Amino acid sequence: MGLKGRAAVTGVADYKNVRKYTGKRKFFLEQWAELTQLALADAGLSKHDVDGLCCAAIPESTMFAPATIAEYLGLQVNFAETVDLGGASPVSMIWRAAAAIEMGICEAVVCAAPGLPIPSNPNPPPKDPTRVYGSTSAKWGSPQAEYDVPYGNVAQNAGYALIAQRYAATYGYDERALAKIAVDQRTNAQGNPNAVFYGEPITIDDVLQSKMIADPLHILEIVMPCAGGSAVVVVSERLAKKCKHRPVFVTGFGERLTTRSVTYAEDMTVSPVGPAAASAFAMSGKKPKDVDVLEAYDCYTITVLLTIEDSGFCSKGEGTAFVNENDLTFSGSFPVNTHGGQLGAGQAAGMAGGMSQPVEGVRQIMGRADGRQIANCNAALITGTGGIMSEQSAIILEGA
Amino acid sequence: MESNRPLPIPTPNSEPFWKGLANHQVTLQQCNDCAAWVFYPRSHCNGCLSPNLTWTEVTGNGTLYSYTVARRPTAPQFADDIPQLIVVVELNEGVRLNSVMINVAPEALIIGMAVKPVFHLQNSATLLYFEPA
Repeated sequence: MGLKGRAAVTGVADYKNVRKYTGKRKFFLEQWAELTQLALADAGLSKHDVDGLCCAAIPESTMFAPATIAEYLGLQVNFAETVDLGGASPVSMIWRAAAAIEMGICEAVVCAAPGLPIPSNPNPPPKDPTRVYGSTSAKWGSPQAEYDVPYGNVAQNAGYALIAQRYAATYGYDERALAKIAVDQRTNAQGNPNAVFYGEPITIDDVLQSKMIADPLHILEIVMPCAGGSAVVVVSERLAKKCKHRPVFVTGFGERLTTRSVTYAEDMTVSPVGPAAASAFAMSGKKPKDVDVLEAYDCYTITVLLTIEDSGFCSKGEGTAFVNENDLTFSGSFPVNTHGGQLGAGQAAGMAGGMSQPVEGVRQIMGRADGRQIANCNAALITGTGGIMSEQSAIILEGA
Repeated sequence: MESNRPLPIPTPNSEPFWKGLANHQVTLQQCNDCAAWVFYPRSHCNGCLSPNLTWTEVTGNGTLYSYTVARRPTAPQFADDIPQLIVVVELNEGVRLNSVMINVAPEALIIGMAVKPVFHLQNSATLLYFEPA
């Protein structure tokens, strides 16, 4: 079942993450053009090779995003998809691209996630009052509008705090281990000049003394929003031979969605990343011990902890001990989020934060991770998380 | 800020739930076919997709499934409530819902503790809050 591992990522591109963007503002369509051009140049391909695209929503058009992008870039594609899986969207774009390529309907698919600020609208539309609750829908008829918003369970912090608190009551809570995740990832960010926290290492005490936002989550356990954006090019085995860098094959994937609000999860402490990762491992014939790096979606420290446990790197409830026993830095015993993750490098706007994990996995396997390169990196598990730990995707990447 | 509070706007499916709260009654749908309790209100049972659901009054008693103490408002409309005790309650029937705990100090919250309903009038709506039982 599933992929045979005949589609490969051969090019990547990204913007430098910055907290206060002062450069030229660009529409998502412009960023799509720029990121595509850069990623194709990185691969050694031309625009004429592209016959597929995977996108997320674009602010310029509430419908017909793929056709609008294809038209703007002058592409004619055999495969187009708008992926609406929140932070899991980028990882899910990549497996969809790989599957379409293996089915033979296309040979080169661009997957991009812009996240730079768009130009200020000289005629701003009236404020939509249902848009003030972040990603939580306040539209009439939405269950969230009726049963989440009136109680203040709005946006992400409260939901992830509820998960962490339930985890604490079930398995115990070593707050220093959770903080260590943020610290080790921040150490990784010191090897990434494009990270927002480059040049700013932290300690466990820094994390635990930082402001409490929603118990037990401190502000340094929560991603820093920033401007950024990135793209990858996924191609057929045939085209991969023409490319400049070591091809990084997509050898397995999995996806699992459960709820929108974590309130209704069967067990709040168990992430759907478990079945997603299990599927990815089974398809690729790999086991957790066979991967050299975990690039895990990391909106919060608790997200990483649950991803480590539920992906099978350790037993349920033993995640904090595992984190304490392992060095999660790029030169450590169990490298996690070698670019700093979104906790250390910043969470670029739009869906771009979740593209940083696959881009980093590709760079590691290509051997192009510069100041943070893992020695002999050949296989990676990449995860994406959307909703409130309720939409999960996973891919296995392997070097040729 | 008070007048800006986001309030539930009942739908044809959910109206009995909100009307019940206004009358200080907790009502839930139960499936006639598989006996599952259903929350939030739906057109079809989320256990078996049967459309045969019956509204039944329950005690509203349950236990604290999880909680957080929001030290920063989750949205500006909740700024006056900080620290806000945002909770998930599991009713005795097994369904879970979002709520707010009142009449309790943050330090006294313990996951698993027994809770009982408080019918909290917020502007024109009655919300289902909880307090220690």
